[in-house]
Amino acid sequence: MHFQYSIEGGDFSRAGNASSQLKKLLKQLNVDSQLIKRIVVALYEGEVNIVAHAHRGTIDVDIEPDKVFIRLSDEGPGIPDIKQAMKEGYSTASQKVREMGFGAGMGLPNMLKNADKLNIESEPGKGTIVELTTLLR
Amino acid sequence: MKIAEIVKTLDGSVILGKENLEKDVEMGFASDLMSDVLTLQTSNILLITGLSNVQTIRTAEMADITCIVMVRNKKVTSEIIDLANENNIVIIECCYSMFKTCGLLFQAGLKPVY
Repeated sequence: MHFQYSIEGGDFSRAGNASSQLKKLLKQLNVDSQLIKRIVVALYEGEVNIVAHAHRGTIDVDIEPDKVFIRLSDEGPGIPDIKQAMKEGYSTASQKVREMGFGAGMGLPNMLKNADKLNIESEPGKGTIVELTTLLR
Repeated sequence: MKIAEIVKTLDGSVILGKENLEKDVEMGFASDLMSDVLTLQTSNILLITGLSNVQTIRTAEMADITCIVMVRNKKVTSEIIDLANENNIVIIECCYSMFKTCGLLFQAGLKPVY
């Protein structure tokens, strides 16, 4: 099963809509609730990242019998130093993002914690691609 | 602890979810930082927060949190209520500080997540 969602940068009122829809769908598919939580928490962090940092983005979700693969690609400033961005506490988020309860430099590390595989590719000035794989065991 | 007991302990107002007051929550977590809430692996907890916006409810939805106490007299908007309603989340407003809220609930027997 393949799904695609479009995300607008800066649109905080809608941040989380894609994660919410995926959660409902995984519930319908009777996926274990702990696994659902891992998947949607990681996706939600990614969704918030796009809204917080990028101009726009696309989320592609592939649900297969043994895994869920999520690809978040955005057009935005990119991440100049991915290693630094993976450090807990490192953040470039704006005051507005912090007022929403995010921007503490915990998003990417938490995505890593909640996924079985995390892959990040980024080109400064162009955008970022984050791929999350969660095994359905 | 039953949600009804939480309301009574905090002298709070139930804004949403009156039909769920007999449900139990075992543990509580207090934070204004949603990133912290998203790191929890425990489900069915009480979230104590002074952050009243749509992302508070989205965070609760993703983290399987079923009851939220808004401290420091923070009010929820109709947009927040609609989203919480859609996700079957109880919302309680309370005029105490976060510190006092946590103290009272801890004293009443609500356990910490860690």
